[in-house]
Amino acid sequence: MKSEYDVLIIGGGPGGALAAKTCAEKGLSVCIVEKRPAIGTPVRCAEGIGEDLIGEFFDKIDPKWISAKIKGAKLISPDGSSFYLNPEMAGNEVGYVLDRKFFDRDLVWQAVEAGAECYVKARAVDAILENGVVKGAVIEHFGILKDVRASIVIAADGVESKFAKYCGIDTTVPLRELETCAQYLMTDIDIEPGITAFYVGREICPEGYIWIFPKGDRTANVGIGISGTQSKDGSRAKDYLDKFVSRNFPEGKIIELIVGGVSVCEPLECTVADNLIIVGDAARLSDPITGGGIYNAMYTGRLAGQVAAESIRSGDCSKKALMKYETTWRSSKMGKALDRNYQIKEIFVKLSDKQLDSILTSVSNIVMKDFSTLTLIKEIIKLNPKLIKELSGLRKYFE
Amino acid sequence: MIKVRREVCGYCGACVSVCPEGAIELIDAYLSVDNENCKLCKICVRVCPLGALEVSDEE
Repeated sequence: MKSEYDVLIIGGGPGGALAAKTCAEKGLSVCIVEKRPAIGTPVRCAEGIGEDLIGEFFDKIDPKWISAKIKGAKLISPDGSSFYLNPEMAGNEVGYVLDRKFFDRDLVWQAVEAGAECYVKARAVDAILENGVVKGAVIEHFGILKDVRASIVIAADGVESKFAKYCGIDTTVPLRELETCAQYLMTDIDIEPGITAFYVGREICPEGYIWIFPKGDRTANVGIGISGTQSKDGSRAKDYLDKFVSRNFPEGKIIELIVGGVSVCEPLECTVADNLIIVGDAARLSDPITGGGIYNAMYTGRLAGQVAAESIRSGDCSKKALMKYETTWRSSKMGKALDRNYQIKEIFVKLSDKQLDSILTSVSNIVMKDFSTLTLIKEIIKLNPKLIKELSGLRKYFE
Repeated sequence: MIKVRREVCGYCGACVSVCPEGAIELIDAYLSVDNENCKLCKICVRVCPLGALEVSDEE
């Protein structure tokens, strides 16, 4: 590890990897530090991503990144009735359940091939600040502390992000807006191949949802997220999950436990500072409805790399120069979706099971032109004019 | 003080993201709690998906 780089990236997930690859391709010296001993493990994700979203980054999808292809989704309402969301072009893939262990590793591999350096078991323990401005990070690498300076630091350190905090930015997620999650990778269970299933209801998963994401033949990620305020002794994410599993898959075998937190709050007030860019989960950019964050991390990671390269070339890495990153993602399709989905989430978490039942009955078996949460929400609003009253503030998002 | 039950903890970092004092850190496969800065708000105890954190009287 050198003591100085153009760009230092904290975290080797998809956000950090895309940032590093982009910087390296633009000829910058760039280093990724990953605190864990391996890229991609332990997985902390349900691993689903839309086909169109991942397609934005690659000409070719490597088959080993994909555990299962998804052709549709099923919603199960609190009263147990279920509805299929079918893409207009039935039979076509609408998404994938990834194998993050391979996927994350390959993304970092691509960054390294482009010229980035990567160090594992290397953790940022503090920021180097001069007159309140970040100049790099103190990295603990196999127990040895080292000052690593950089023109720009990209914080891609995920939901448990600390680096922005070291720089004086408050990244604390409100308890009610942190979904506390538990997931089992299960085998020997009866699932519908190619169909992702989503269960909702206050009784089985308060202010969250339960998912079944196929990972292969009779194998799936079975998980739950509930709001932090709903979590207490005896009714934690794992307790709800165990109840669901014993009812639905009593014979299933659990071969992996995955736990984690997903923020469903608004993004950080500002995701840049002098010499600092914050991306992905660290910037609180996971989707407030679905909790999905892979695309958002990759998109902001790449964008951070582009803006970093421009700023370093022009010799100005001030907050003002880096604001281009902030304004670009906020006005992007992703930024607008985050804004809209946050408002929608705020309404949906307050719905009773009875209300959810009637909403889901109304949308039963719709055929979706465009397989997205936006299309689904539009349908829900169209079919539930009474809801519009509550949702009227959201109208502007759909016009 | 906040005590981590290591035999239960899944080292996921959910608690780190909600700690208002920045007093918890996830270091590879274990949690470290800075009890000097901890204000015992117990938000971390609430949020843990596994119930691995508890308040202890031990010093």
